[in-house]
Amino acid sequence: MGKPKTIIEKIWEKHVVHREEGKPDLLYIDLHLIHEVTSPQAFEGLRMNNRKVRRPDLTFATMDHNVPTANRHVVRDPVSKKQMETLKKNCEEFSIKLADMFHPDQGIVHVIGPQLGLTQPGKTIVCGDSHTSTHGAFGALAFGIGTSEVEHVLATQTIWQHRPKTLNVHVEGDLPIGVTAKDLILAIIAKFGVSFGQGYIIEYTGEAIRNLSMEGRMTVCNMSIEAGARAGLISPDEKTIEYLRGRRYAPKGEEFEKAAEEWLALATDEGAVYDKTVTIRADEIEPQVTWGTNPSMCVPVSGSTPSLDEVENKEEVRRALEYMGLEENQPITSIEIDHVFIGSCTNSRLSDLKRAAEIIRGRKVHKNIKRAMVVPGSALVKAEAEKEGLDRIFKEAGFEWRDAGCSMCLGMNEDIVPPGGRCASTSNRNFEGRQGSGARTHLVSPEMAAAAAIAGHFVDVRKFEKVLQ
Amino acid sequence: MEPIRQHQGLVYPLRRENVDTDQIIPKQFLKAIERTGFGKYLFYNWRFYDDGTKREDFTLNDPKYENASILLAGKNFGCGSSREHAAWAILDYGFRVVIAPSFADIFYNNALKNGILPVEIDEATIEHWMMEAESRNFELKVDLEAQTITDDQNNTVFFPIDSYQKEKLVNGWDDIDITLMYEDKIRAYEEAFQK
Repeated sequence: MGKPKTIIEKIWEKHVVHREEGKPDLLYIDLHLIHEVTSPQAFEGLRMNNRKVRRPDLTFATMDHNVPTANRHVVRDPVSKKQMETLKKNCEEFSIKLADMFHPDQGIVHVIGPQLGLTQPGKTIVCGDSHTSTHGAFGALAFGIGTSEVEHVLATQTIWQHRPKTLNVHVEGDLPIGVTAKDLILAIIAKFGVSFGQGYIIEYTGEAIRNLSMEGRMTVCNMSIEAGARAGLISPDEKTIEYLRGRRYAPKGEEFEKAAEEWLALATDEGAVYDKTVTIRADEIEPQVTWGTNPSMCVPVSGSTPSLDEVENKEEVRRALEYMGLEENQPITSIEIDHVFIGSCTNSRLSDLKRAAEIIRGRKVHKNIKRAMVVPGSALVKAEAEKEGLDRIFKEAGFEWRDAGCSMCLGMNEDIVPPGGRCASTSNRNFEGRQGSGARTHLVSPEMAAAAAIAGHFVDVRKFEKVLQ
Repeated sequence: MEPIRQHQGLVYPLRRENVDTDQIIPKQFLKAIERTGFGKYLFYNWRFYDDGTKREDFTLNDPKYENASILLAGKNFGCGSSREHAAWAILDYGFRVVIAPSFADIFYNNALKNGILPVEIDEATIEHWMMEAESRNFELKVDLEAQTITDDQNNTVFFPIDSYQKEKLVNGWDDIDITLMYEDKIRAYEEAFQK
């Protein structure tokens, strides 16, 4: 036995194509996911230089950022339409599999990868999207890249990367009932800040992480980028194996059993050393709500917006409160909302929708809510949810039930929050203007978004029944 | 990619931390299929009202910074989305150098790929230069080969940069051309690991 290693080191070492003193490593990429927004210029670059896609078989494309989530046949914005047509043309020209808008496999790229079994432990996965870290939930090394890097991967199936430092985010104890993966990752970012992961790859460890479902793990890894880390992952275990068994692109039969054994062996060795470790207690975490304009501006639902006298970054906090139209020391439960968005690569999977539906069932959205939307993460999630009757629960309550896409998380299609609108959103970014120019975003879990939709303001979902009486 | 060795230019101070790529280039401008023409949308929601008129309260609209080519900003610059459009917008607007105490990883890489020099230096120096640039016409001289920045009082600070990235910037090398020199190794890897 050699020196104990982290999963990060194990995956890295298996993918080094070339190593030379003073240079980054040349890493092999096992899976390259593509979407319409960050790829057109990369394909154009290939054409200009007369280059081919080296491994179309390791490349998979879908349309998600721009797609309409209703009346798909009419893409009103000609520029969006052209971008989607361009992806289709590029995929045909370079022989890349594409799940276009009408394909049953279509969906948010980070929802469909795992769902199809393309995402597997030990793989290196890249995509021109910062939330590629989501796939780390399976023990894959997955990170977002820019368009020049997309072009590089298309042409060479490799990427130059410096060996990263490793960061162990250790979560002690278990989450209380009613507190979710979303609350956990928001609490981590609130505690350690939006740049504590810079230059690191995170491994999430500890009891609370082990106890999360695969979908919860995806929610946690998804927001690693909001902590400044390009990638975040979780060592595979039996849950990982069971999730992948029978998925379309996962190995079959005996091959699967062999792969499963290799996957489990990737887990971080006992006694492996990280460059840095931080610890947080899960059992002290409450449902979280962001009040500001970056994800670390976040407090428990029982809390209030900060007091300007008590913060170091006064100017930043003052600007954020002003943008958000909030006062200092304002209780979170006093914040009234007028929009609700349940969706995004963070929280649009079947279990997210199920948990929100449990809160909604038999109730109506509050009269002050101008728009409440559910946007399933993929066409398959939508179909499965409909099989369970979730669509009816949402629609009867006054929610719009939409087709799959990124939608109101970033408002590249028509799904935007109007200026001054205030949205309880299950997405990942509360930046200024993210959901629409002048829009105000509060990040929450699906349960908390559902409860706020009914109450018209934020409530602790654990005390929800009492609040309604 | 245009090589960058030395650069002297006017400094624009952006006194904000955690500037995210949604602010650098808002989503409505990500639909283009070209790499050019994004400069006019740089910091769009900070520079303009919804009806397209300029906001007087945003300093980049101040005519005195019109010819600025060095952007000075707070820590964690370029966080959030991986959109390379942010780097394209900064370059197209006329900036060649961005100086900050720290950068988000993806943005830092995107800048390098487009011949923008991202410079990490200490917060105290940035604060000092921020004040200078807010109060007068303030230029900095950047020497990538020597890895130094010098102000008009002859104060010089050294900045770190990976030697390989530096070589590429100085020569304006295309990454893919370099990688394709290793094609034999890529093929050997694929065969050995049955990829």
